[in-house]
Amino acid sequence: MGYLDKEFTDSNIIVTNLDALLNWARLSSLWQVGFGLACCAIEMMATSASHYDFDRFGVIPRPSPRQSDIIIISGTVTLKMASRVKRLYEQIPDPKYVISMGSCANCGGPYWDHGYHVLKGVDRVIPVDVYIPGCPPRPEALLEGLLKLQEKIRNESRVG
Amino acid sequence: MADTEFIKSVTDRFTLLLGEEKASQIVITESPFETFLTVPAELISVVMTELYDNPALGFDSLVLLTGNDEDDAVKTKNDDGSETLTGGNLSVVYHLESLPNRKKIIIKTIVPKANPEVPSVTPLWVSADWQEREAYDMYGIIFTGHPNLIRILMPYDWEFGFPLRKDYQNPEFYQGIKVPY
Amino acid sequence: MIKEFVSEEMVINMGPQHPSTHGVLRLEVKLDGEIVKEVIPHIGYLHRCFEKHTEALTYPQIVPYVDRMDYLAAMYNEFGFALAVERMAGIEVPPRVEYMRVILGELQRIASHLVAVGTYGLDVGAFTPFLFCFRDREKILSLFELVSGARLLYNYIWPGGLSKEIHPDFVRLTKEFLVYFKPKLTELNRLLTGNKIFIDRTANLGVLDIEKAINYGVTGPNLRASGYKWDLRRDDPYSIYDKFDFEIPVGDGAMGTTGDCWDRYYIRVREMEESIKIIEQAIDNIPDGDVKSAIPKRIKVPAGQLYTRVENPRGELGYFIISKGANNPFRVKVRPPSFIHLMLLDELCRGNLVADIVAILGSIDIVLGEVDR
Repeated sequence: MGYLDKEFTDSNIIVTNLDALLNWARLSSLWQVGFGLACCAIEMMATSASHYDFDRFGVIPRPSPRQSDIIIISGTVTLKMASRVKRLYEQIPDPKYVISMGSCANCGGPYWDHGYHVLKGVDRVIPVDVYIPGCPPRPEALLEGLLKLQEKIRNESRVG
Repeated sequence: MADTEFIKSVTDRFTLLLGEEKASQIVITESPFETFLTVPAELISVVMTELYDNPALGFDSLVLLTGNDEDDAVKTKNDDGSETLTGGNLSVVYHLESLPNRKKIIIKTIVPKANPEVPSVTPLWVSADWQEREAYDMYGIIFTGHPNLIRILMPYDWEFGFPLRKDYQNPEFYQGIKVPY
Repeated sequence: MIKEFVSEEMVINMGPQHPSTHGVLRLEVKLDGEIVKEVIPHIGYLHRCFEKHTEALTYPQIVPYVDRMDYLAAMYNEFGFALAVERMAGIEVPPRVEYMRVILGELQRIASHLVAVGTYGLDVGAFTPFLFCFRDREKILSLFELVSGARLLYNYIWPGGLSKEIHPDFVRLTKEFLVYFKPKLTELNRLLTGNKIFIDRTANLGVLDIEKAINYGVTGPNLRASGYKWDLRRDDPYSIYDKFDFEIPVGDGAMGTTGDCWDRYYIRVREMEESIKIIEQAIDNIPDGDVKSAIPKRIKVPAGQLYTRVENPRGELGYFIISKGANNPFRVKVRPPSFIHLMLLDELCRGNLVADIVAILGSIDIVLGEVDR
């Protein structure tokens, strides 16, 4: 990061710009909606559990979308579920981010052709920041996707 | 499955119960792997009740209820090249099992697509409840006497037909969302 | 006393986004105060049209879709499907394949039960068992990764054999895992099974008697927890399960009534012990040979219909295949154990408290991918 090692020794004062500070705060505590859809949700759970430990990136599952910053669409979104996913997304307070995890959420995955009840890509209902390929993606891939999202947040400018 | 003798004894029982004329409608069908009984839809209630209630048979478990499209509709070509389907049948297959007697039996009933009505077996086996709803959802088979015959897997407001029928066409849009890839 | 104060009925909606519903399940709960009057499950939020796909794909192409039904027991789903196709097409499988299938199937049973037990702890408020169980499950997943190359959905057991030769380290690492895992079960028992709070929370709750269980079509661990000894590995043997010596644990109401939530939990712990026994007997006796020898180039199944069933970690998993003699099946109907078990929820929850819904739902161990297919 480079913020803390500057001028920290004497006076507890960090000189930085507001954008960088806000972005740093946001990307370091991305709370996710505790929301699993399909097979990918199991890999998401495995990522949260002991071996891969999502916590170290500041990702903690929250039961309510109103307390969350990101939503990980972990699995197949069906037509019946699409309106519910949209509603969940709308409940998250701004700034909010979406990770589309797995082929199903990206484009319909293996169900793209004959899946009469499968939504062919979650980006048909909500905007997506990071797409993670794989069926299902490995936990490492999910971690990589999260790092990409953090990189995206780091380069944002909100204060102008 | 070499249970032909057992199935024969079951049909003999129905001959006693229903009389020669009605019981002749219950046909033993031999397919390469499984032998099953084909029962007309109007006899399903009485046949199932006997299979469930009679302690000598004691079929206390409905393992599986399958809806099926027989795909035997007659295709006729229209002048503009499109095809219309007329007739055709749906079927329901019941896999029953008797846990105490260690016996299995398969019952099949065929109903026309125009009037796909089969009596519900939910009063006998509760496990038929959702399975019948699924068969209705996927094939449009109407189970008369079912307590709550509504769609189960598809959305309740799905009005584009029954998806597992062979002539099903997927809609272009559902609630403003594009459906095909 | 409570009956005298009947208040106005209230309808509460639980899900489809809810951390304890094990997926996208919506429960419409009708309440009288804290007492549950009725629970109406609404399913189909994960309906991925499996049965439509089978009609358009050839038999080997269906295998990956079979994985995605019960994604916690993908190996066993493949096992069942391969068995169904082999029985119809008349394919003989080499003994090496049979042994490997049993070993992988039982490892999968342990992995699946670990998730069931871990998340059940999470449901009733115990966080640590979840972390412990997932730690051990990772070890099994890495064994699967070793043989198949995938962690969760394997596409490994094909009709006629296995898709790849077994990794040379597999036998050694599996033995190491067994040595590692056995004490962990004792640890789990000390941590959760005998825990006073856990027992108070689950014993005498959601009692299911045998007659009701059979009428509801309940199978697998849930039926055995009610005290009925019924296991397809014994009662309708398939593959080479008749060669192994193992017990079929049944519920005995050790902490309360037979068939309560605690019994359903503990039966899974004991089944893990039995699975270890089976693997121990099989792992040293894997015959030599080629795992791919019996895989045909193109599978043609003669016309006819057959129902094949196996003992999935959740219960009786059946494939009813109707063939018209083509490369692809005419119809594949799956008997999903979770779908049948979910019907129980209303019956078990009635008259209990709101907080018990999650405890009961966790104890019947459903997977939504299989409920909706």
